[in-house]
Amino acid sequence: MTILVTDTGFTADTWDQGYTPFGEAANDVVSIDVPADTNPADIEITPTLKMVRIDFPSFADGRGFTIARMLRLTGYTGRLRAHGHVISDQYPMARRIGFDEVEISQDLAARQPQEQWKFRADWKDNDYQDRMRG
Amino acid sequence: MYTYNDFDKSFIATRNSQFRDQVERRIDGSLTEDEFKPLRLMNGLYLQLHAYMLRVAIPYGTLNGGQMRQLAFIADKWDKGYGHFTTRQNIQYNWPELRDVPDMLDALAEVGMHAIQTSGNTIRNVTADHFAGASADEIADPRPVAELIRQWSTDHPEFQFMPRKFKIAITGSPNDRAVTRAHDIGLRMVEKDGEAGFEVIVGGGLGRTPMIGKVITNFLPQEDLLPYLESVVSVWNQIGRRDNKYKARIKITVHEHGIEEIRRLVNERFAIVKGSFSGIDQVRLAQYKTHFAAPDFTVKAKAVFKDAYHSDPIFRSWADTNLSAHKADGYSIVSISIKKQGDTPGDATSDQMRLMADLAETYGHNELRISHEQNVILPHVHKSDLPALHAALKEQDLATANIGLISDIIACPGMDYCALATARSIPIAQEIATRFDDLKLEHEIGNLKIKISGCINACGHHHVGHIGILGLDRAGVENYQVTLGGDHTETAKVGDRAGHGFTAKELVPAIERVVDAYLDLRTGKDEEFIETYRRLGLAPFKAALYPEAQADAA
Repeated sequence: MTILVTDTGFTADTWDQGYTPFGEAANDVVSIDVPADTNPADIEITPTLKMVRIDFPSFADGRGFTIARMLRLTGYTGRLRAHGHVISDQYPMARRIGFDEVEISQDLAARQPQEQWKFRADWKDNDYQDRMRG
Repeated sequence: MYTYNDFDKSFIATRNSQFRDQVERRIDGSLTEDEFKPLRLMNGLYLQLHAYMLRVAIPYGTLNGGQMRQLAFIADKWDKGYGHFTTRQNIQYNWPELRDVPDMLDALAEVGMHAIQTSGNTIRNVTADHFAGASADEIADPRPVAELIRQWSTDHPEFQFMPRKFKIAITGSPNDRAVTRAHDIGLRMVEKDGEAGFEVIVGGGLGRTPMIGKVITNFLPQEDLLPYLESVVSVWNQIGRRDNKYKARIKITVHEHGIEEIRRLVNERFAIVKGSFSGIDQVRLAQYKTHFAAPDFTVKAKAVFKDAYHSDPIFRSWADTNLSAHKADGYSIVSISIKKQGDTPGDATSDQMRLMADLAETYGHNELRISHEQNVILPHVHKSDLPALHAALKEQDLATANIGLISDIIACPGMDYCALATARSIPIAQEIATRFDDLKLEHEIGNLKIKISGCINACGHHHVGHIGILGLDRAGVENYQVTLGGDHTETAKVGDRAGHGFTAKELVPAIERVVDAYLDLRTGKDEEFIETYRRLGLAPFKAALYPEAQADAA
């Protein structure tokens, strides 16, 4: 079982409808799993789409941040989840870019307990982007 | 100069406490070494050959006396009493202990400085013309824009884990002193029909695959700058190569996809990104411009300068080499050489830093600059104060009259400090500088830029040196390759590789032969080395470098 991280700390996963792999998505797809090498322009934002889960194969691979940003800028308003190797120090980046939540493994959760994630729940503070974008 | 507001102060304080926490979490195992690495790098902390190294940003090269004095304090308290100025307007401390670094960062914050994004796969410290706001040849001061870019790029959530590092440089003068064509993005301030904007150059870089940047747009309106920069970096963050760190920089992305395709992708993205900027950045830019207003220049007699110039040959020699034209009548831009022959290029002791801080406060409207050529600039000094300034500089060995000359060498730290280096750079620079000083030929030779890198990563900018030297390792022996005819300015060019390399012992005589050839070949003293090279090409210099080849052919 994986752990879901939000601003309140660790919670059980509330999404129970599974995921369709990105390449197999049809028009009426509800949720998709997006690999890090996806061109964000290829993701079709359909009315039925409610959950997008973007993979982070390694915490050092920041492509998922660009995919998330582009999805939000092109009008996606559903749930957006970062999934995989995301560390607590990246939580504010994930939230600022438009992710709602982060899904991590139990191993990572054991090594970085929820206090370390909640420490960064103040992601709205001290944000230069806020000052530059308005 | 830009002064931190409450937001900046709170940001830095919070960031420093986060890093303090990250150091503790590394020690307790919450963070693996792999995970800690990018976090320490984005806070300026490297692991070098012998120790950690802290690289502190001097954004767009500008600082005041109090900041310089604090750099001296840090050097004394937590390092060995000196610091090293780099080609990207940073200062490096070579010997900090990991446990002291959070305290060093707090000491920097006290004077509105930081080490954020001076390393790592992030947008690095924005660099600018070191004569900005002072030079007679400037269209506009680039520093308010550079400060805007600093704020936009700092802690940018999309761009903290990119394929590789990303460097931006900006110039407001048509005479490019900021090496904009060898940066990931170079910005040249331009005007079109009275409107302010930028020429944007993308995909330049040195390293193992040197590339001169290409113009992606020749006029970008000023208000589009941040969304456009964001679009370029975003496209690269998505498609830049992550399979091979040597092919990860945007210069390779531009090379592989072509500038037309990159332009198309950037324009496509810009159309989407633009709407996420409300225009508030332009309001802030207007505010920041007031921070960089010119000082109140004084009008006073220049007789003291003229007297000293005519009566003191040492002062005259220094004035001839180390002063540049200022936009205000009666003023000069002073370059303080951190290149005394025989010393380490770019290294300044804490005593020297304190003196420069004092002099900036006394004579220089409290402003200093760090140049990419690893010297310190006092941008605004009245000519009548120059004799006193020069006398004070002499006390601390800072009055070397060699700006732009053969001993004003850019050198990377090389094998004396760097874990990547394959050869020594500093001793080579010292030998060349000492040799030509002994020959008393330096002023006769005139403007000649030697740049030395101790490995293929080219931190010493050897590709764009008039004479470039690259130190390699050949079966355990240092071997130095020579390139000729490189140019770092608005007419940027990668130098031509001359031929096989030289041992450390052979190198200085080889350089001497090239210089002798130039002295023979030039049409007169007015023709600088690079001009003679452009006129005649590689052949005569190659013949001078390799006389044995001539002998064999004969």
